[in-house]
Amino acid sequence: MALVKVYITLKPTLLDAQGRVVQNALASMGYDGVKQVRVGKYLEMQLDGEGDTLRKQVAEMCDRLLANPVIENYRFEVGE
Amino acid sequence: MKFGVVRFPGSNCDQDAYYVLRDVLNVPVEYIWHADTDVRSYDCIVLPGGFSYGDYLRTGAIARFAPVMDSIRAHAERGKFLIGICNGFQVLCEAHLLPGALVRNVGLKFICRQVHLRVENAGTPWTTDARTERPLRIPIAHGEGCYVADADTLAELHAGGRIVFRYCDAEGHPTSDSNPNGSVENIAGIANASFNVLGMMPHPERASERLLGSDDGRGIFASVIKRIARS
Repeated sequence: MALVKVYITLKPTLLDAQGRVVQNALASMGYDGVKQVRVGKYLEMQLDGEGDTLRKQVAEMCDRLLANPVIENYRFEVGE
Repeated sequence: MKFGVVRFPGSNCDQDAYYVLRDVLNVPVEYIWHADTDVRSYDCIVLPGGFSYGDYLRTGAIARFAPVMDSIRAHAERGKFLIGICNGFQVLCEAHLLPGALVRNVGLKFICRQVHLRVENAGTPWTTDARTERPLRIPIAHGEGCYVADADTLAELHAGGRIVFRYCDAEGHPTSDSNPNGSVENIAGIANASFNVLGMMPHPERASERLLGSDDGRGIFASVIKRIARS
């Protein structure tokens, strides 16, 4: 059993309206050093398998469902 | 001639579309359940608005893998008509039946109000009967209606005349003030390369009777009905 952590982020070319609001909120709280905030998604999956087969399967899941390659990038980590 | 309106778990504009087709435009229409796998008897299929599968993960992302979607893809590939309205447009983009994607409105708010639309291409099967002497008044109701596409996709849309509707002001100018959600180039609706698939965020089924404030949406259904009747 592997624990896979998937990080999904909006492509840098896209305006992140949520991130901008969070950034403004932080600024209004007095954190004036915040230059940019991007809001993404984080998923944890427990699944069978290991090695390259597992990595290939997770990449396929990301390409087909978990991320939309038109607007998002993803990366993942495989752990125990 | 037969229309079909797909019902996903969470669809909520299915009855409006069904009612307008049956009672306002007087064409045969049936519901299509999301688990059905044969849609060959339909000439035109409507993917209605709503919150299919709770909008979980991304709008339209789960609906794209509903059992009915393989047969709907085949329906579109056979050149039959398919319209996605609001959540239906989101599903079509997720299914790559239309290019680009719909993301969170720039102002982050869910917006439910009348907008003006300019018909950019009056020669599509969906717009031959749509009014063009003034902008259409059709409501929007969405939180994720900001259309985005990369430069290559936009160039393809332009070259093919595939931008069908743009948000505009009452005089028909697509200004930034009249863009409710931040969509690139004020895009409100696009078609595929062969124009049998249309996606639009505004709701023509909510603007098909004068009693409801506008019947400008009716021309969109009337156009495709005429096209099917001719073929």
